[in-house]
Amino acid sequence: MPSIKINKEVVEKLVGKKVPIDQLKDRISMLGTDLEGIEGNEISVEIFPNRPDLLSEQGLARALSSFIGAKTGLRKYRVGKSGEKVIIDKSVKDVRPFTACAIVKGLKFDDEKIKEIIQIQEKLHVTYGRNRKKCAIGVYPYEKIKPPIKFIAKKPGEIKFQPLEAFKEMTGLQILSQHPTGREYGYLLEGKDKFPIFVDSTNQVLSMPPIINSEQTGKITEKTTDVFVECSGFDFDVLHKCLNIIAAALADMGGKIYSMELSYPDRKVTTPNLEPVPMKFDTKYISRIIGVDFKESEIKKYLEMMGYGYEKGKALVPAYRADVMHPIDLAEDICIAYGYENLKEEIPKVATNAEEDKFYVFKDRIANIFVGLGILEVKTYHLTSKENQTKKMKSDISVIELANPNSKEYHVLRAWIIPSLMEVLAGNKHNEYPQHIFDIGTIFKKGKTDTGVEEADRLGVVLCNEKADFTEIKQVLDYLMKMLDVKYEIEETDNSSFIPGRAGRISVKGKNVAYVGEINPEVLTSWEMQMPVAALEINLTDLFEAIKK
Amino acid sequence: MADLKKIIEGLHPLERKTLPALAGCSSLPDITAKTKLKEVEVMRALQWLENKGILKIKKGLKEVVVLDKNGKEYLEKGLPEKRVLKALTKGDILLGDVVKKAGIEPGEFNVSLGVLKKKAAILIDGKTVKITEPGKKFLEKESFEEKLLKKLSEREVELKELKDEEKFAFDNLSKRKQIIKSSLLKLVGIELTELGKKAANEKISEGKTADRLTASMLKTGAWKGKTFRRYDVKINVPEITGAKRHFISQAVEYIRKIWIEMGFKEMKGSLVQTAFWDLDALFVPQDHPARQMQDTYYLKDPAAGKLPSPLWKKVKEVHENGGDTGSKGWGGKWSEEAAKQNLLRTHTTVLSAQTISALKESDLPAKFFSVAKVFRNEALDWKHLFELTQVEGIVVDPKANMKYLKGYLKEFFAKMGYPDVRIRPGHFPYTEPSAEVDVLHPEKNEWIELGGSGIFRPEVVKPLLGIEVPVLAWGLGMERTVSEYFKINDIRELYKNDLRQIRNMKTWMR
Repeated sequence: MPSIKINKEVVEKLVGKKVPIDQLKDRISMLGTDLEGIEGNEISVEIFPNRPDLLSEQGLARALSSFIGAKTGLRKYRVGKSGEKVIIDKSVKDVRPFTACAIVKGLKFDDEKIKEIIQIQEKLHVTYGRNRKKCAIGVYPYEKIKPPIKFIAKKPGEIKFQPLEAFKEMTGLQILSQHPTGREYGYLLEGKDKFPIFVDSTNQVLSMPPIINSEQTGKITEKTTDVFVECSGFDFDVLHKCLNIIAAALADMGGKIYSMELSYPDRKVTTPNLEPVPMKFDTKYISRIIGVDFKESEIKKYLEMMGYGYEKGKALVPAYRADVMHPIDLAEDICIAYGYENLKEEIPKVATNAEEDKFYVFKDRIANIFVGLGILEVKTYHLTSKENQTKKMKSDISVIELANPNSKEYHVLRAWIIPSLMEVLAGNKHNEYPQHIFDIGTIFKKGKTDTGVEEADRLGVVLCNEKADFTEIKQVLDYLMKMLDVKYEIEETDNSSFIPGRAGRISVKGKNVAYVGEINPEVLTSWEMQMPVAALEINLTDLFEAIKK
Repeated sequence: MADLKKIIEGLHPLERKTLPALAGCSSLPDITAKTKLKEVEVMRALQWLENKGILKIKKGLKEVVVLDKNGKEYLEKGLPEKRVLKALTKGDILLGDVVKKAGIEPGEFNVSLGVLKKKAAILIDGKTVKITEPGKKFLEKESFEEKLLKKLSEREVELKELKDEEKFAFDNLSKRKQIIKSSLLKLVGIELTELGKKAANEKISEGKTADRLTASMLKTGAWKGKTFRRYDVKINVPEITGAKRHFISQAVEYIRKIWIEMGFKEMKGSLVQTAFWDLDALFVPQDHPARQMQDTYYLKDPAAGKLPSPLWKKVKEVHENGGDTGSKGWGGKWSEEAAKQNLLRTHTTVLSAQTISALKESDLPAKFFSVAKVFRNEALDWKHLFELTQVEGIVVDPKANMKYLKGYLKEFFAKMGYPDVRIRPGHFPYTEPSAEVDVLHPEKNEWIELGGSGIFRPEVVKPLLGIEVPVLAWGLGMERTVSEYFKINDIRELYKNDLRQIRNMKTWMR
């Protein structure tokens, strides 16, 4: 999750009063953000992904100042008309079809503020913009641009400008292959015939979204006072929301927002629109969800603490809020304003019938039978290596592989459980013998289920001591079956993991449910074991079914 | 006196043999000699007697000088320099023949000649060696070195006991190869207590005490009239360990019981799931970062599964435009392909979704739980596991609210040993309101985050259940609290399967 660094003094200035550090810590946590740490005046705050509007000092200070009651209610952002246009050419339709734009004037940039505006962009890119895929943001010094601005797609070879942090002009293709930012984000334009660019009326290239701005027209300096802001991507509503977030933050920095007319091939839209969006809600619904009987006036108070406006029965949702899509979202904010800490816990007196999973109970009883036999339970992972499952066991069983493992030790789902137990034995050679262990866990193979994977719970037992042999493991099997009052049949079976002639296949009511035998010395050697092992593996899922019938 | 009698009745056979020998003896070798026991046996008996207050063992260290390999040899054959001199009395010898004629080792040649030259016992004339007059006297006289060797052959001598001339000889010989050596020895002596002095003079009868009660004694009645040796009940006995359930299973079992006691039903389901159930049905947007490869394990083959009809269409609508839930949805296009992907379930909330989808309105209110495995695409380290246990719960109840949520969580954690629980605002795509769950660490007095909770969004519940009902939900980590309980710092140790660790781990006693 993203975190931002904010300066206590700047926040206090924006809030409009001094806030003791303990109060600040507590309020940040209870606002729905996570305090990560404080170093001097610098506060690190983790922002949950549903609140991109808090990814700036301005945004967070705005929310905090309402939350602590310094400045509650809806903030009004006036939007003047710039009268300027952005023309969206139909060529961008297949590359990056939408943009939302604004002009903000009267800003005073210094080093801190330039850093701040870069932080806002970066954080929004990573989170709300999904690494620039969903939304890419550009901020430009307006004085260097001659409107109207055009959003157009051109062949990468025909695009030529000097990108930020480069010393010469480059073509679209060169930027993708040579420029560090181009290499990082180039995949977003991969396979496109044309790349999108913003150009002004003098044909100066402003940027090539979502990659990079131009060195000449796309770099904010301390002399900049007015900026042109654009967001580009695939979903107009998302872009507009993102533009509103930035515009509001810039206005909080002291800027004045001006709208632009976006001229799409089929329609005209004006952005930004910072008018709040009314959302109807039912006080009873909110009260029921939270468990507190709210009066209308209380709801109004709490909404205003969270930066909303209120008009009879409706919340006025600030235009920079990206997460409010259902009245339930208002309920959460009201609950936050009321204070999670003020909710009095209660356990309702509703009778419901408890019920254990029958199969779980079955497995639990079996485990206890084994403990009674002096066999210790171990707990092994479901993920393992193909080598452990097959080569080391002299087995050619097929295993299901992960598409994206992050280690060679754990890259397949196990198809049987004895190898997991062999691994435990191999790792315990320094410990006291006899080592008699069991584990109950899931195994995986292809099958006719919705996922195409069939799972079964199996029990594995290994007896490892000087005299471990078929008799010893079969005694265990016999005892278990006697305790379960189950009759079974056993047939000799060929299984290369076991010593030939010392492996048996067990069936109950005609269904194969288990095998038992002495582990082949070749297998023991491949695990570097110097102690004989007798093993048993039972499919408990099948045994459970067989017994039930 | 009663005490003494009790003590004597409780003596072990070794003690019985040792105790009488203590009158008059105070050092380990003497006692050992007198009892004719092995030294270790005497040591054991002495320790037991010390525990009984009969004596005090005094331990010290002494540095003793003893003969080494060559020293023992020289004691028989004579020192090599003496042997050279002896050979010379029969006539002069060429330098090259000294070794052979004197019968010494080639390695002893230089030392011998050095010693003799220093004493002016020989004269080297060109290549010939001759004995001198002082040499002849030297041969006859017993040297300090020889005296010391002889003394050492009789008994070990403490370094600090050596007289001046012996010290001189010791220094000379220690420079030479393996003649003598000094070593540190443990010194064991005893001192009888007042009680001990009495005890050592007691008569210890043999016939009437019995050590073990045997089956044959019972059969024959031979036990009658015998006194059984009193045992020292405080004695340390060899350790044994028993078979048992793994300590994780013990914890899981306890946690299951907590929910069952509160009237919850157990849920179960597959570990391999489609993204549809694990994420889409829970209203996790398709471009959510949690769906990325670095967070979730996907399957190579079969890479995709089937979508449940007609549910998937409702879920699609809810994602794209909110469907009939009154929500705006996430917007954009919802991809069937992305939803079909097979993955290892990232949370047991997938079981909650499946459970809700199987419920009817008439089943409500209903409560469910599970304590089961989930997977995260993480590299193993002391803080991270790729397989974890999640404690999941849902309460599907038209009357459910945030206060109840807090109530259930508080009840659960109190039983887990954390009476102080707080919830604070959080964010999960499937709950609204969402809440992080913290408990107060009773010793460290700081809040630790143990899971997520909230009320399922209408966008989750309505497509699954058909109606909008508040569903309280939580997904809590288990490994952290279990590690705390068993005092494990490295989370990997929970599933290390070190048999010694499992055998010796205390039982879950909450």
